[in-house]
Amino acid sequence: MTTRPFRHECIVIGVSAGGMEALQKVLTVLDAGFSLPVVIVQHEAATSGGFLAHFLAGKCALPAKQAEDKEKLVPGTIYVAPPDYHLLIENDRTLALSIDAPVNYARPSIDVLFETAADAYGRALAGVILTGASVDGSRGLKKIKDAGGLTIVQDPQTAEASYMPRAALAAVEVDYVLKLEEIGHFLSAL
Amino acid sequence: MIQSVPDDPHSEQKQNESIEIQLLLEAIYLKYGYDFRNYACASIKRRIVRKMDLENIPTLADMQHRLLYDLDFFETLLMDLSINVTEMFRDPSFYKALREKVLPALQGTPFIKIWIAGCATGEEAYSVAVILQETGLYDACRVYATDFNEKALQQAKEGIYTAETIRQSTHNYKLAGGAASFTDYYTARYDNAIIDQSLKKNVVFSDHNLVTDSDFGEMNIIICRNVLIYFNRTLQDRVFQLFHTSLPPGGFLCLGSKESIGLSEYADRFDHIIPREKIYRKK
Repeated sequence: MTTRPFRHECIVIGVSAGGMEALQKVLTVLDAGFSLPVVIVQHEAATSGGFLAHFLAGKCALPAKQAEDKEKLVPGTIYVAPPDYHLLIENDRTLALSIDAPVNYARPSIDVLFETAADAYGRALAGVILTGASVDGSRGLKKIKDAGGLTIVQDPQTAEASYMPRAALAAVEVDYVLKLEEIGHFLSAL
Repeated sequence: MIQSVPDDPHSEQKQNESIEIQLLLEAIYLKYGYDFRNYACASIKRRIVRKMDLENIPTLADMQHRLLYDLDFFETLLMDLSINVTEMFRDPSFYKALREKVLPALQGTPFIKIWIAGCATGEEAYSVAVILQETGLYDACRVYATDFNEKALQQAKEGIYTAETIRQSTHNYKLAGGAASFTDYYTARYDNAIIDQSLKKNVVFSDHNLVTDSDFGEMNIIICRNVLIYFNRTLQDRVFQLFHTSLPPGGFLCLGSKESIGLSEYADRFDHIIPREKIYRKK
């Protein structure tokens, strides 16, 4: 059997209720030299105007922006799904948007991002489920696991809303269950 | 962390799957003439796989066989592969800009032709019709709303929408600067609402495929929103060329709020006139 050097190439994060604070805690740990793209779906109201990307850009050492259609993923950049669009990753590692029907009552949906990212990156993907009150993301995290990727779920006891992490833990035999404050450090070592 | 690991067993499976999807789209094109080969891959794959899940079709090879031999099945798939807009006045700020910035620039034009490209089941066409009524331009306009999907066009012509669609649309209508009561534009029947005849009379729904058909005349405004996100760059450029040919100098092109002509070779042939919206004017 041949072996070859391996490292992760992309991180996807799904988060819902309580997301702004949780994301801030995780992403501010990553320093300016961090070299993986981080792609985020947060459930946001269609009318929010996409505040989250601005918020993260102001807090993080890494550049943060709202994801654009056909945009090439750049290392060390944080991408946030625009409200009312699904965010997908194509096999050529560009971003894509769609207005397909909501999935799990959500658009953007975490499952849509995670499933397409698993297709694009296979085992080179790390998927993270944070706080939330939805089942969205469980199916996607399962797909990441099945494709050989790394799966991480926030310890429900440290989650503002524990439903989503619990649902993910029930659906997937995840690789790591971490406290919120541990997740950033863990990701920065990938 | 860099570590040494064996070859990824999933990568061959992924490659095979990608080949099978391409073959499936090729089969649709050869058999039925609908060309999805230059659609953005991730979305179309999701739609195909969702259909397979719903119908308990185990493999892409089975899917291909089924759609070749079963016309009724293909028609339901075609509906699933069409782009469906589910509400009126999606992105209210666009309609506000249409009302306040675009249409006033065409005041005095004797006959205004508006093309809604990729109209699906008609929600956007009727939204535009409402704005035309409220700006007093309706009788000077003809709206050509086109789609490749005949079933969707049939629904569009009927103009019957669910109470849920109407509820959401009413909210958006107000945000879009709606000047009247939205209830003036439909008649409620049980759980549905039918669009008023006065909105329908100058709206012509017809069959046109952006991927394979050529232009059909000069337009003053082209509205094509949230269609191009489903196309790859090659196909986007084809469509931009089609739109460029169909507009006179000064004609308006309106795209979805997450779409842009910016990266295409046609970028410098249009002025981006309303920065917050994707509204362009041909030079």
